[in-house]
Amino acid sequence: MVSLNVLTAVCICYGAFLFLIAFAAERAGRQGRSGWLKAPMVYTLSLSVYCTAWTFYGAVGYAARSGLEYLTIYIGPSLVMIGWVVGLRKILRIGRSQRVTSVADLISSRFGKSNLLAVAVTLIAVVGTTPYIALQLQSVTQSFAIFAAPEGPGAVADTQSLALWVAAGLAAFTVLFGTRNLDANERHHGVVIAIAVEAVVKLCALLAVGIFTVWGIGGGLEETLARIDAHAALGQWQMDNGRWSGLIFLSAAALLCLPRMFQVLVVENEDERHLRTASWAFPAYMIAMSLFVMPIAVAGLTLLPEGSNPDMFVLTLPLSEGQSGLAVFSFIGGFSSATSMVIVAAIALSTMVSNHIVMPIWLKMQPGQGAMVSGDVRHVVISARRVSIIGVLFLGYLYYRLSGGGTALAAIGLISFSGVAQFLVPMLGGIFWRGATRVGALAGLATGFAVWLWCLFLPSFGDGVVLSQAVLAEGPLGFGWLRPQALFGISGLDPLVHGVLWSILLNALVFTLGSLLSFPSPMERLQGAQFVNVFQHSGTPRSWSGGTAQSEDLLIMAQRLLGAREAQALFQDEAGRQGVKGVLPEPSADFLLRLERELSGSVGAATAHAMVSQIVGRAAVSVEDLLAVADETAQIMEYSSQLEAKSAELVRTARQLRQANETLTQISHQKDAFLSQISHELRTPMTSIRAFSEILRDTPEMTAAQKARYGGIIHDEALRLTRLLDDLLDLSVLENGQVQLALAPVRLSEVLERAIDATRSDGAEMVIHRDRIAEGALVETDADRLTQVFINLIANARKYCDAPRPELRIAVSAEGAAWRIDFIDNGSGVPRDQQAVIFEKFARVGEQKAGGAGLGLAICREILARLGGSIAYLPGQGGAAFRVSVPRRSAKAAR
Amino acid sequence: MRPPRGPVFLERRSYRRRRLIDAARLLPLLGVLLLGVPMLWPQGPEQGVPASRAILYIFGIWAGLALASALLVRRLPDEALEAYDAGVGDLPADAPNRRPLRSDEKAG
Repeated sequence: MVSLNVLTAVCICYGAFLFLIAFAAERAGRQGRSGWLKAPMVYTLSLSVYCTAWTFYGAVGYAARSGLEYLTIYIGPSLVMIGWVVGLRKILRIGRSQRVTSVADLISSRFGKSNLLAVAVTLIAVVGTTPYIALQLQSVTQSFAIFAAPEGPGAVADTQSLALWVAAGLAAFTVLFGTRNLDANERHHGVVIAIAVEAVVKLCALLAVGIFTVWGIGGGLEETLARIDAHAALGQWQMDNGRWSGLIFLSAAALLCLPRMFQVLVVENEDERHLRTASWAFPAYMIAMSLFVMPIAVAGLTLLPEGSNPDMFVLTLPLSEGQSGLAVFSFIGGFSSATSMVIVAAIALSTMVSNHIVMPIWLKMQPGQGAMVSGDVRHVVISARRVSIIGVLFLGYLYYRLSGGGTALAAIGLISFSGVAQFLVPMLGGIFWRGATRVGALAGLATGFAVWLWCLFLPSFGDGVVLSQAVLAEGPLGFGWLRPQALFGISGLDPLVHGVLWSILLNALVFTLGSLLSFPSPMERLQGAQFVNVFQHSGTPRSWSGGTAQSEDLLIMAQRLLGAREAQALFQDEAGRQGVKGVLPEPSADFLLRLERELSGSVGAATAHAMVSQIVGRAAVSVEDLLAVADETAQIMEYSSQLEAKSAELVRTARQLRQANETLTQISHQKDAFLSQISHELRTPMTSIRAFSEILRDTPEMTAAQKARYGGIIHDEALRLTRLLDDLLDLSVLENGQVQLALAPVRLSEVLERAIDATRSDGAEMVIHRDRIAEGALVETDADRLTQVFINLIANARKYCDAPRPELRIAVSAEGAAWRIDFIDNGSGVPRDQQAVIFEKFARVGEQKAGGAGLGLAICREILARLGGSIAYLPGQGGAAFRVSVPRRSAKAAR
Repeated sequence: MRPPRGPVFLERRSYRRRRLIDAARLLPLLGVLLLGVPMLWPQGPEQGVPASRAILYIFGIWAGLALASALLVRRLPDEALEAYDAGVGDLPADAPNRRPLRSDEKAG
């Protein structure tokens, strides 16, 4: 016989073993050797947290009482798993793309991130799970009591304190490995691997007991089957069809809705593809777990003394056969089942409680704006988790103490299932129906929960404990149609099936009606589309691991908005500031704020905040969608900047066109003016020549002096005509490029000297300022042509300068490979509207001092164009100013 | 002259995959139906089905479902499901999985 001390030691050793495994797994995960931790089999085994102590011990008891009905508890989840393509895959993908942390998070996130809904789900989950945790504590203490029984009642008199110790130990384990790090993924490698090991332990323990029963006691398979058939109560198929179908439905719903199952199925899932393995391996595990239940039950019923607790056959059967080693193994199996369930349930519940109840309250209590809390709040979250874990376990213990650990507790398993099964309606409704709304979900849940409380939970404490006998029999205040076990007067149903049926039906009805009659908020509609069309939105599943992945995503996004180079520079700069090697900095709060500011310049503050918080925290829209938005925004921005550029170009072109038009109009006017001028210019000498030649011809009595005078006038006029025609010819030669240039090096001073000498003949009293030193510059050009230009400019100045003491300043300066020669007089200059046309042919400034034909400057321009230089009017010099620039070496000479 | 076999092969393969996905979706329904059969069995101590036969039937169906699921998973590559989700289906295996947004869809 195994003593209690040995058993305690075994428990402690087993606990230490689990600690070690979890610790090793965490360390391997940190060191990147986590490949085997992410194997699909580990995932499948972790799902076995579905099989708790209640199924480990209780299934046999269940079979002993109700025959094959216990199979429903395993068949339901198996069917859900086999149908993974339809439902689970979608929930997993949603969990991944929305980074859901719990079942409450899933539902609240679907319905517009309503915290009220999250609180409601959390409360229902706590109410539904607490009795279940109590059940685990009870099974552990009961199994202890089995071993203690031979030592007398005093040996384990204090089972209550034993339960407390177990609860405390589990709390320690859960706090240690469940809140070690605050990962955005909420994954716990250590816990998962410990759960997987426990799955193997409990399966082996149950199989060992089963094999011992069938082949050790029973004498083989056929004899065992025969003995089952021979049993009076269990020998024939006997089943309440309502319970058979109802329980399969209930357990199937429980797989999806139980917080601990959601934790291992969705939250701890590393890779969606693990579901493929689980789709057949999990049903196989379920088959193995339930295979020997019936033989053990029948053997227990036939071999053990009347009145033995069938819930403990798994222990008492080997003990009665003297197989204490097997019994201890079986005990460890039961212990495993209990601990794994409590650990995962505590993690799942604490996540919900801390995220949806504790943190919102804490944030509200902070002075100032809740969402603007500065600094790191992670320690707050972790503390909240730890407090929640301890709270949940203490609640379970309290429930165990208060319920007295009797048979009432054992009945609560299925009732607990049916409580959390209320989530099924908003969950499935939310992921398959876009029209589901928050109002509908809340109202449906409230209805379902109320019906569940009334029909299942409150009566579960037993007749007269919470609900009096009278209420059960006649309904509250005599309302017969409200009898808890015969709502609307429909009696005769099994109470459990009755409760499940009505609560789920009314839940679904209110959910549907509420959804149809209410109008969803924009966030709900957005989330609805995200959830229902998750496969279209999320693309290939990616795993999110650690901060660099986030930084990388931030970089991708930033590049799309800021441009690749700027974004990389920003990130590199930040990485340098943080002292991190490489380009990717840690996504620290400062950096995020900075990035957000940078981004808000591109897309506006609200969007930038949404985008950053999407990648870092959890927000409404999936990253892929935001990237699409970013792409679109970038495209739109690029497009609009292109449009802007184009429109600026158009404005420029229009301005140029307008200018050209003005110039053309002016030129046209000038041409007209010139034509009249030239005809006048040509006519005037022609007229005088004709007139005087007629006088000479027709007046014979003319004096010689008169003849000479008239002949001189005719000669002068002819010269004028010739000059005019020469100019025109010169210009046309220049314009046609037929001019021959005589290039030779010459000093500017010589050219200027010649030009000034040529113009001095007019005898005007203009003062010319010169810069003799600068004029010494050598230039390779056609000296005659350049002289012609200078003569023209100086003559113009003499002709048009209207100052009382006309002065002309000639300045020479260097400009790159050219010389600039400026001719600036102190007259009133060229009016602004004329500046544009003075270089055109036939242009003449004003009507004053009619002299040339307006060809001088045009000829200058053409000459300089031939010489490779230019001439321009310099406005704003206090008078008329012309800038001539001549290349130092002619382009032709250089060739 | 040889007929162009590539496209025909692809078409047939993706068709096969579609039907496999159909099968995977229908499998739980089949399971529900087959495991619902015990509800039709005669009950009671005298003419009731013997428990051993009930056990063999239920476990047989159950194991058969698990086996069928394993076979389906084996035949159904992940890419086929991805393609099915994305609504393309007939793309070759090396094509990108993302379905381009239709013009009437909002990116956000």
